[in-house]
Amino acid sequence: MAKELWKGNEAVAEAAIRAGCRFFFGYPITPQNEIPEYFSRHMPEHDGVFLQAESEVAAINMAYGAAGCGARVMTSSSSPGISLKQEGISYMAGAELPVVIVNMMRGGPGLGSIAPAQSDYFQATRGGGNGDYRTVVLAPATIQEMTDLTQEAFDIADIYRIPVLIVADGMIGQMMEAVEWKQPKPRKLPKKSWATDGTKGKREHNIISSLFIDPKDCTLHNHRLQQKHDLITQHEIRFEEYLTDDAEILFVAYGTTARICQAAVLRLREAGVKAGVFRPISLWPFPEKELYDCANRAGVKAVLCAEMSMGQMIDDVKIALGGSKSVHFFGTGGGTFPTPAELTKAAQDALEGV
Amino acid sequence: MAIVYERSRGLTETEMHFCPGCTHGVIHKLVAEVLEELDIIGSTIGVASVGCSAFAYNYFACDMQQAAHGRAPAVATGIKRVHPHLAVFTYQGDGDLAAIGTAEIVHAAMRGEKITAIFANNAIYGMTGGQMAPTTLLGQKSTTSPQGRQKEMHGSPIRMAEMLATLDGCVYTERVMVADPASIAKAKRAIKKAFTLQLSGAGFTMVELLSTCPTNWGLSPVEAVGWLKENLVPCYPLGVYADKAEQKEATR
Repeated sequence: MAKELWKGNEAVAEAAIRAGCRFFFGYPITPQNEIPEYFSRHMPEHDGVFLQAESEVAAINMAYGAAGCGARVMTSSSSPGISLKQEGISYMAGAELPVVIVNMMRGGPGLGSIAPAQSDYFQATRGGGNGDYRTVVLAPATIQEMTDLTQEAFDIADIYRIPVLIVADGMIGQMMEAVEWKQPKPRKLPKKSWATDGTKGKREHNIISSLFIDPKDCTLHNHRLQQKHDLITQHEIRFEEYLTDDAEILFVAYGTTARICQAAVLRLREAGVKAGVFRPISLWPFPEKELYDCANRAGVKAVLCAEMSMGQMIDDVKIALGGSKSVHFFGTGGGTFPTPAELTKAAQDALEGV
Repeated sequence: MAIVYERSRGLTETEMHFCPGCTHGVIHKLVAEVLEELDIIGSTIGVASVGCSAFAYNYFACDMQQAAHGRAPAVATGIKRVHPHLAVFTYQGDGDLAAIGTAEIVHAAMRGEKITAIFANNAIYGMTGGQMAPTTLLGQKSTTSPQGRQKEMHGSPIRMAEMLATLDGCVYTERVMVADPASIAKAKRAIKKAFTLQLSGAGFTMVELLSTCPTNWGLSPVEAVGWLKENLVPCYPLGVYADKAEQKEATR
């Protein structure tokens, strides 16, 4: 198929429609406004529903209701708006509802800035809402990858009955890149016999709920959720390695930052320094074992975690490496990028310290 | 022998958790009977809220979803958009609908969302143990207004049936009470009218039901009914506040 030029925010919306999403509930916030705008233009062509809610809180709960009916549903926002959705995400996790949520991250905390950032890693991977729950978190680095992962996100959500977050940033949302629309590999999806679509007098009533008032029941429910999380960890880890085979300095970065690290790697190699990038694509489940194996290859002298935050994923990097390597850090917070020159210098400094 | 009365098929056989004398059970029964009489038990999705209404999903025989505190109208919106031909209702108390969920109920009404809100107003937070609600009467004591609700400090009681009636999308609100056989029969007629209007596609409908909370009012069930009539009704006058279905018919 021919390549087309797509803006990230519009591409993720189009990818959702192609994945069979027919219900979108959202609320305006920069830098993701083209997502609801795209749905508002194109959902009617597919007999789908776009609804602008009165708040992010309402939007996520509308998504809860629609997902409880068995529909493929998406909502999107950017950092402060995602904060408002956390209650709903916790309820979805508890009620085991498949929903895809996009976060085009911007600088924080609070109202922060509207520029690209990666400072919602903790919120996405640790759960910003209450309770013991996980959401699958997918972090694309290109618009092509974001469109591919969107189909995956809906399938993962349906297979495991779990909310899936697609986390990108204002840069991926706002820039344009070539996209090739791929025919997704069909995955075997379970029937949604649990959905509320009217008993028609033919079955017992279905109940969508996260309430288990008896603590024994709630404990069992938590154990069941944990089993599901274990299954996801076994089957849904995604990552990419870039020039890691002979690397002596290993960048660990995701999304936009990983792309800038790749530019730094080429500069370093021109200067005779063997550098590579390990890029987690699934932030949860985090590719712990894969990162450990990569970082503990014979040639690796130092590991450098780079983020558009003051240091959040670095916690997972340290957990994965378990003290086997010292981990250096370079970060920019609040909505600014690291430059290839800065990352190159940080890598050289890290190697000098070895 | 002829059966003259039996449990509505709209209810499950689950034993309810409500306190003695609480009128939630009566309201559940009325909604269930309306679903049965309209023959829509199998084509209705209800939304339980947070508060004493939280377990409604165990009691109604139709499909049910449980919503976060105050969010039932948003959840119901999502449901109705997926299933526009099914009946969708929320079952909410005054803390849920008139405090934490004010934005959701106002905007569902503004959109003319074709759902029915069953609003039980007992002027107090029941499930959490008798705290002040936005519907608590001036001077009424609660665990968080031990000196009685004061206008200067807490403002005056909020009247939801009147407030929502100002919105074009809200085609029907009526305030009723469930205090004696006559008022209960009237309440049922209001609920039936709301569901009928919803199914005709007219718009948003709400029935506000003044109800009792003997436990947190510190009264016996019989005293509570008297207190409702003497105190709640003067603050929350019974009656129809919006009935725009005929108007809509006329302008079609």
